[in-house]
Amino acid sequence: MFNYITRRVAVMIPVLILISMFIFFIIQLPPGNYLDSYVALISSQGETISGERVEKLEERYGLNQPVYVKYWKWVKGFVFLDFGNSFQYDNASVWSIVKAYLGYSILIAGSTQIFMIVVGIPIGIYSATHQYSFGDYFWTILGFIGLSIPNFMLALILMYVGYFVFGIPSLGGLFSEQYITAPWSIAKFIDLLQHLWIPVVVLGTAGTAGVIRTMRANLLDVLNMQYISTARAKGLKESVVIYKHAVRNALHVIIMWAGMRLPKLISGSTVVSIVLSLPTLGPIIYTALRSQDMYLAGTVLLFQCVLLLVGNLIADIILAVVDPRIQYN
Amino acid sequence: MKTEGNQIEQNDIDIVDESPEILSRNRLMWRKFKKNKLGIAGGIVVLLFYLMVLFGGFLSPYTLDHKDYSHITAPPRRIRIIDEEGLSAPFVYGYEASMDPETLQRNYALDKESKYYIDFLYRGDNYEFLGLFNTDLHLFGVNEGQMYLLGTDETGGDLLTKIILGGRISLSISLLGPLISLIIGAILGTVSGYVGGIVDGVIQRVIEFFKSFPRIPLWLTLAAALPANWSSLRVYIGIVVILAFLGWTGLARMVRGKIMSLREEDFVSAAVASGSTGWWIVRKHLIPNAMSQLIVSATLSIPSMILAEASLSFLGLGIRAPMTSWGVLLQEAQNVRTIALHPWLFTPALFIIVAILGFNFLGDGLRDAADPFSN
Repeated sequence: MFNYITRRVAVMIPVLILISMFIFFIIQLPPGNYLDSYVALISSQGETISGERVEKLEERYGLNQPVYVKYWKWVKGFVFLDFGNSFQYDNASVWSIVKAYLGYSILIAGSTQIFMIVVGIPIGIYSATHQYSFGDYFWTILGFIGLSIPNFMLALILMYVGYFVFGIPSLGGLFSEQYITAPWSIAKFIDLLQHLWIPVVVLGTAGTAGVIRTMRANLLDVLNMQYISTARAKGLKESVVIYKHAVRNALHVIIMWAGMRLPKLISGSTVVSIVLSLPTLGPIIYTALRSQDMYLAGTVLLFQCVLLLVGNLIADIILAVVDPRIQYN
Repeated sequence: MKTEGNQIEQNDIDIVDESPEILSRNRLMWRKFKKNKLGIAGGIVVLLFYLMVLFGGFLSPYTLDHKDYSHITAPPRRIRIIDEEGLSAPFVYGYEASMDPETLQRNYALDKESKYYIDFLYRGDNYEFLGLFNTDLHLFGVNEGQMYLLGTDETGGDLLTKIILGGRISLSISLLGPLISLIIGAILGTVSGYVGGIVDGVIQRVIEFFKSFPRIPLWLTLAAALPANWSSLRVYIGIVVILAFLGWTGLARMVRGKIMSLREEDFVSAAVASGSTGWWIVRKHLIPNAMSQLIVSATLSIPSMILAEASLSFLGLGIRAPMTSWGVLLQEAQNVRTIALHPWLFTPALFIIVAILGFNFLGDGLRDAADPFSN
């Protein structure tokens, strides 16, 4: 197992190097560079930027040099968590920005994950044990609708309902205004919970539908196996048969799925985060792309790739733990 | 005695009916697909959508150039067939526009004085029919006055027209993207599975590389890299390529697995023994056998393509003017305030949801039918 993990991590390093090259290449593509935008931004604010400063910045990022030099200037600081600076946020370091938003991204994705599992698995079990009943059809159709409504539309619909039915002026954000800059307190935490459920429901609906369908299909497969008949034949209570024997074996796929889903949730929440103005990486990469803040955009994309790779690895490890039949070589 | 004889005859007929009839694979699939009511319903919805966009110019009462500045964000008007005097030819009521002096909000009241009768096959603005010839014949419309069945947007364009013509972009992108993915996936998957060895290793590493990117952020990044001075047609092609760019990997993996298992089958050995060349085996035996699953996977990827296009355009990184798509139309419905004031601007979303539902049901039905020998 340990060997397996080391080998997987070792393979990840060259992949990440290739990814960083590719990302740098795409971010270079748009004509003009961020310095032009930066100078334009500064002058639009009525300030002037000295030619000396421009030259210094050009030097810092090697803007007049060939692509590989620029790439190297970006990459060589990675080990020290130096990913360059963002011009949008007053030249703050990219790492400080990513650090500030990464936490909320993981918080929202993690809560969504828990929501999907807590809601999806019981419904899936119900659907499988009551196959073709009214409830089963009800959840199947609801699941299909849940899978078909795009997340960002669900966000808009929810905001609409919140505004008209409940009179909440704005459902966006993660905190009420008075708490955004306030230090952490119990009141702030409660405020966070009051806001958190909206993105969780919006992001979790499609996933929950997926959990229900997967759980239902797997449990039905397991329930047809002989050891279940054996368990029933020897007179076990139906609840023991279902929960101790059947469900436990139907959970593997869900666990693997959940592990692979987490990083996808972080990147998949991009559009919803923009609509709901959540403090996550999604809006950051979007505004960075629109204003050609290349180091910021590239770094966020790189972080999302890392999360995806790590998530897949964790999913494989968890699966090996819960299902000893899986062998690694 | 007689009845018994009848019964035997009856049984014989039954046996004849159930005797193994040799059906082609395609007919088996069709049989199985026909049993899936949701799949059929999805197929019909999809077909109607494609017909709608194919004959979009004819079906829509106006054209995209139509901008009615005196009726900006006017609410929908429904077709009526009953007026004060009872049954009448189909007509719509006009608008009585006024402006709230305090909020500068436009209000449109129902103007029962002005009644506009709907003309069928009327001559309106010019458009190109199926890209073949110019015509001004529309299915329906009004000669005088206005007929905005789904309301108008913030430029005074007819929303129904924009949805029909925007659907052309949304649906063609979501068809072309998977089509390109399918071609790339089929070629690379077949090569990978049939040739094996180093070639297989290289292709698999490339697939792993592409799979380690998060889809939506990479789509956003690539779309943002499309130059601002590109024409809308070039942007359209660019978006198709971007969407296909990440889509082929899953298909290639699937084809590879399928080809590898087929390669071991007896009929392939027989073909080799009878002196077939590799290319012949691939073309005549392997690809046709993998094709049904490939098409199913491509169909199942269409909903996510519709969604991707809508999201990109919604964020302003996708289709650009003068083209329009469902995502572009939704840009106007981005905040609660607009939706609250002009809820009809949200109608393109309904079309997106119905289209996605249709494709999901169709794809699900096809998936079950693609393997006609399983239960």
